[in-house]
Amino acid sequence: MTLPATASGHKGLQFEQNLIFEQDTPGMTAVDLPALPTSKQRLGDVKRSGSIGLPGLSEPEVVRHYTRLSQKNYSIDSGFYPLGSCTMKHNPRLNEKMARLPGFAEIHPFQPVSTVQGAMELIDTTARWLTELTGMAAVAMSPAAGAHGEFCGLMCIHAAHDANGQAQRNVIIVPESAHGTNPATAALCGYTVESIPANDEGRVDLAVLKAKLAEHGDTVAAVMITNPNTCGLFERECIEIAEAVHAAGAYFYMDGANFNAIVGRLKIADLGVDAMHINLHKTFSTPHGGGGPGAGPTVLSAKLAPFAPVPIVVKAAEGYAVEEHAGFGAAKQALGRMKGYHGQFGVFVRALSYMMSMGADGLKQASGDAVLNANYVMARLSSELTPAFEGPCMHECVFDDRFLKGTGVTTLDIAKALIDEGFHPPTMYFPLVVHGALLIEPTETESKAALDQFVTSLLSLARKAKEGRAAEFQAAPQLSPRRRLDETKAPRRPVLRWTPPATDGAKQAAE
Amino acid sequence: MSVRFTKDHEWIKVDGKIGTVGITQYAQAQLGDIVFVEVPAAGKALKAGGEAAVVESVKAASEVYTPVSGTVKEGNAALPDAPQTVNEDPQGAGWFFKIELSNPGELDGLMDQAAYEKYVEELSH
Amino acid sequence: MRYLPLSETNRRDMLAEIGAGSVDELFKDLPKKALASARFDLPKTMSEIEVERALGTMAAKNMNCAASPAFLGCGNYRHHTPASLDYIIQRGEFLTAYTPYQPEISQGTLQAIFEFQTQVALITGMEVANASMYDGATACAEAVAMACRVTKRNQALISGRVHPHYRDVTKTQMKFLDVDVECLAPDPYGVEDLIGRLTPDLACVVVQTPGFFGHLSDYTALGEACHKAGVLLVVCVTEPVSLGLVKSPGAMGADIVVGEGQSLAGPMSFGGPGVGLFATREKFLRQMPGRLCGETTDEDGRRGWVLTLSTREQHIRREKATSNICTNSGLIALAFSVHMTLLGEAGFKRLAELNHATACDLADKLEGVKGVKLLPSAFFNEFAIALPKPAVDVVEALAKKGVLGGVPASRFYPTYPELANVMIVCATETNSAEDQVKLVTALKEVLS
Repeated sequence: MTLPATASGHKGLQFEQNLIFEQDTPGMTAVDLPALPTSKQRLGDVKRSGSIGLPGLSEPEVVRHYTRLSQKNYSIDSGFYPLGSCTMKHNPRLNEKMARLPGFAEIHPFQPVSTVQGAMELIDTTARWLTELTGMAAVAMSPAAGAHGEFCGLMCIHAAHDANGQAQRNVIIVPESAHGTNPATAALCGYTVESIPANDEGRVDLAVLKAKLAEHGDTVAAVMITNPNTCGLFERECIEIAEAVHAAGAYFYMDGANFNAIVGRLKIADLGVDAMHINLHKTFSTPHGGGGPGAGPTVLSAKLAPFAPVPIVVKAAEGYAVEEHAGFGAAKQALGRMKGYHGQFGVFVRALSYMMSMGADGLKQASGDAVLNANYVMARLSSELTPAFEGPCMHECVFDDRFLKGTGVTTLDIAKALIDEGFHPPTMYFPLVVHGALLIEPTETESKAALDQFVTSLLSLARKAKEGRAAEFQAAPQLSPRRRLDETKAPRRPVLRWTPPATDGAKQAAE
Repeated sequence: MSVRFTKDHEWIKVDGKIGTVGITQYAQAQLGDIVFVEVPAAGKALKAGGEAAVVESVKAASEVYTPVSGTVKEGNAALPDAPQTVNEDPQGAGWFFKIELSNPGELDGLMDQAAYEKYVEELSH
Repeated sequence: MRYLPLSETNRRDMLAEIGAGSVDELFKDLPKKALASARFDLPKTMSEIEVERALGTMAAKNMNCAASPAFLGCGNYRHHTPASLDYIIQRGEFLTAYTPYQPEISQGTLQAIFEFQTQVALITGMEVANASMYDGATACAEAVAMACRVTKRNQALISGRVHPHYRDVTKTQMKFLDVDVECLAPDPYGVEDLIGRLTPDLACVVVQTPGFFGHLSDYTALGEACHKAGVLLVVCVTEPVSLGLVKSPGAMGADIVVGEGQSLAGPMSFGGPGVGLFATREKFLRQMPGRLCGETTDEDGRRGWVLTLSTREQHIRREKATSNICTNSGLIALAFSVHMTLLGEAGFKRLAELNHATACDLADKLEGVKGVKLLPSAFFNEFAIALPKPAVDVVEALAKKGVLGGVPASRFYPTYPELANVMIVCATETNSAEDQVKLVTALKEVLS
C-alpha cells in the first residue's frame, strides 16, 4: 500500500507545521496587557529603535503550533524509552503539582531568609535524604546537572589537594568507557586525563589501575569511575579500587549517573567514595524536559566537605540561615560559587516529592525492579542478539553487533527500524569499548507487558536482518514524522536560525 | 620522490624542499563525511608531530599532525568551503598544506607505501 | 507502590526466565559487607495525600510573592505567566522527552529549539544563539572561557555593575585554569571607567545592561575601544524584558551576549531552574559552548531539524570540548520561547513599556519619601535607592508589615560598609498601583 499524496502535506493526524516566523501577522499578540501608567520615561539615551523581527500570533495559533510540534516528539508518556545511561523512567505528575505550589514557585531567591524558612527546610530535607542514602558527610546542592556536579566534585578535590600542599597532583585517571563529560570536566580543572582500558569482563582491571597509579605517582589527583559502569556492570572490586586510590594519596570520584541501580541497597560511603554527583533527573524521576533542566547535587566525604561551594544552608536553633559567601562562617574554606541563587530549587521540590512518595522501602524496590527488568530483557534477547558481557547486569544491558555480522545491517539501522516499530531506540555506539553497541535501559517503571512487546519487536528485527532484508532497514524509518535526516549537510552549511526570505527587489540587487 | 606515511594516517609528498601533506584514503574512510576543515596559515612554524590542521566529520573530530618540521608555505584555501574534497580525493585535491622542510632527515622515520599498507591491514584485524 | 508496575507474579516469572532464584541474586557483584551494613534512617513510602500534606506545610511557611506585594529583582523577576504557557510546557511530549538525539522522532523539540535560537539572536541583536546553558551566571563564565579561546589571551575584566553571582561563578569556574579574572568594585553610582582599563592582554570585558544597580548605559564606545584593542565585549542581560525597549547589546557592538531567561520563562522558583541565554557572532561559531540545532532535509527532501556542529561538544571532543555541558535547560528554554511567541513583537515591546512605566511610577512615588535617594537616572524596571538607615533592617521591617520591599545590596557585598544603606527595588507589570502605595506607606512608617 502506498500512502496517498495530500495537498496539505499533512497525513491524517501527522501535521506539517511551519515556523512561527512564517505565521506572522504583523501587530498581532496573544498577550493583552493593562493600560500604561502615565509616568515620564527615564531611559536616557538607550531607547531601542526599529523593529526586532519577532512574529505576531494569536493565542489559538500559538497553542495549536506547540500542540502540533509536541506531537512530533517521542516521550516517556507515550512509549517505551530504553535509552541506556539516560534513565527514562516515569515522571510523576505529583512532582509537577508540588513544584507549582505558590509557596515554592512564587518565592524570590533574595527574600529575607526569615520569610523563606520553608524553602530552606525543603533544601535541608532533600540534602538529608541524599546524605542518608549515600552515607556521605555532606552534599553540595547547587550543581545544575551531572556534568556540573562532576565539576563540583573535581574542584573540591583540587581545593583539598591544594590545601594539603599537594598542588602538583594534576592527573585524573578515567576508564576508556567513561562518559565524555568526565574528560571534559577534568580539562576544566586544568587536569590532564589518563585512560585505562576495560578488561574482558567490561570492568576496571585492578592490576592495570595499580600500575597506572604507580606510573604517575604523586601527580595523580583522582580516579573517576562510573559505577555501575557504562557497560551496565557493577565494579565488584570497587572497595579495592578505593583502597588503591587512597594509598596513592588520590581521591576516588564515583560518577553517579547510574546510582538508580543501587539506590536503597548500599551506602556508597562504604565503598570508599570521596565524591559522587547524583542526577536528580535520572535516579529521582524529575523530567528530562527535552534536554533539561536537571540537578546534580554532589555528595562529599568528610575530607572534601569543607570545600563545598556556596550557598550552604545552616540549621540553627532559631531557624535556618544560609551562608552565601565563600570565606565566611560555615563556608570558610568553600571553593566559591558555581551557580546563581540557591541551585535548581524547583528540581529539588520534584525530587523530594518522589523520594517521599517512594520511601526508603520503595527506592529499594525500584532499584530491584530496574535490575530485574534489565536482566529479563537481556535474557530474552540473548536468543537472537549477542550480549557484550556475561550477566547478571545491573539496570542496563549492552549488546554488540556480532549478531549483525555479514547481514549488511548496522546498529544504526536496527535503531531506526525500532522507530517504525513504535519504540525509542536504545543508546547506540556507546560505550565506545563495545563494537556497535546497543545499550538498553528499561527502568523499573515499565510493565512486563511493555518489555515483552519491545522484545518481540527487537527479536523480529534481528531475524529479519539475518534473513538478508538489509534494504528494508536502510530505508527505515518510514513511519515517523521525518525520515533519516541529512546530518552532513547541516554542519557543512550551518543554518542555525530563521532569516526572512530575500524580497524580489533584494534578489535582483544581489544578482 | 615517493609518498611517505605516518601512523596517524597523514601522507607527505616531497618535491625539492617542499612537502605536500594530507590525510590518507584510510583516514577519510574512518572519519566518514567530512564537514569541516581548518588549514594552517602560511608562515606558521611547525614541529614534526605537532598539530597542524583540524578535520571533522559529523560524529568525529581529529587533529592533523605534521609529519615533518618546517614552515607552512600554503594552506589549501579550497578546503574550508569544500571539505568533501577530502573524501573525494584525499591524496590529490584534498591536500591540507604545503610545508618547507627544515629537516629532511625526518622523512627517514616515516613509512613507505608498502609499510603503510601493511600497517593499515594490521589495524583492521 | 504506585510507580512500580511489576506484580509479585511478574517478578517470579521474570526471575524464572533469567534463571535466578531471587532479585538479591542479581546484585551478587555488590560487596557483601556494604550490603549487610546498610541501614537507612528514612521514612517509608507515602500516599499522594500524605506527600501533599507534608510539602504543602513546608510551602506554607514561605511568604510568597503572589500573596504579598513584592519588589524584588537582582536577576530574578516576577512576571505574569500566560495560562497557555504552563499548559504547553506540561504536555508530556515536551516534558518527558530526552535530548533530541533521534531527530526523526524529536522534530517538535528540535523545531522549538530552532525558533528559540532565532528569538534569542533577534532580541540580543546577535547572529547566532545556542540551545541554552544552565543559567545566566554559568553562561557568563562560559563566555569568558570562550573569549579566551577566541583571543588566545587569558585575562578578563568584569565591571562592578555585573551581577555579583555572575562575577562569582565566573571567578570560581576559572579558578583552576590559567585565567586571571579581575573584578571591579561595586559601582552603585555608575562612575567606573572601563575604556581606560583596556590592555592588549585582555581577552574580554564583561558588562551588564541594565546594570546590577539599575543603570542603563550605552556601551557602544566601549565596544569600539575593545575592538581596537582586540578585546571581546561580553554583555550580560539579567532582565530580557528590557530588550523590548532598550538598545540591544548587538547594536552596541557586543561580541558575546549572555543572559538569564527566567523572567520570561515562568515562576521564580527561588532562583532555579533558570535558562542561560548565549548568543554571539557567526565568526565565533566553532568556539561556542552548548548544543546547536540546525536546518536540514530528510530523505524525502522535506525540511527538518537536527542537532549539529556536535564536534565541539563533550560526547565527541572529550577533554578538548568547548564545555563539559550535557544536560542544559531545555524545558525552560521552551517556556521562554513560548512566552516570546505569545507576546510577539507588539506584545514584547508593550510588556517592556509597561514595566518601565510601572517602575517610573514607583520611582516618582519613592522620591517623595523623605530620606530616599534614587541612584541611577536612567533605568529599566529596577533601580538602587539610598536609604537613611541600613537596608537590611528596612527590608526586615517591611517584611513584618507584609511587604517584600527590595533587596539590600549588603546581601551581595558584605565587606562594603558604604553599601549598607543601599536597597535595590524592582517593579514589573505584576505590581499594581495599590501594591506600590502599600510599599511607600510602609517605607514611610519604617523610616520615620
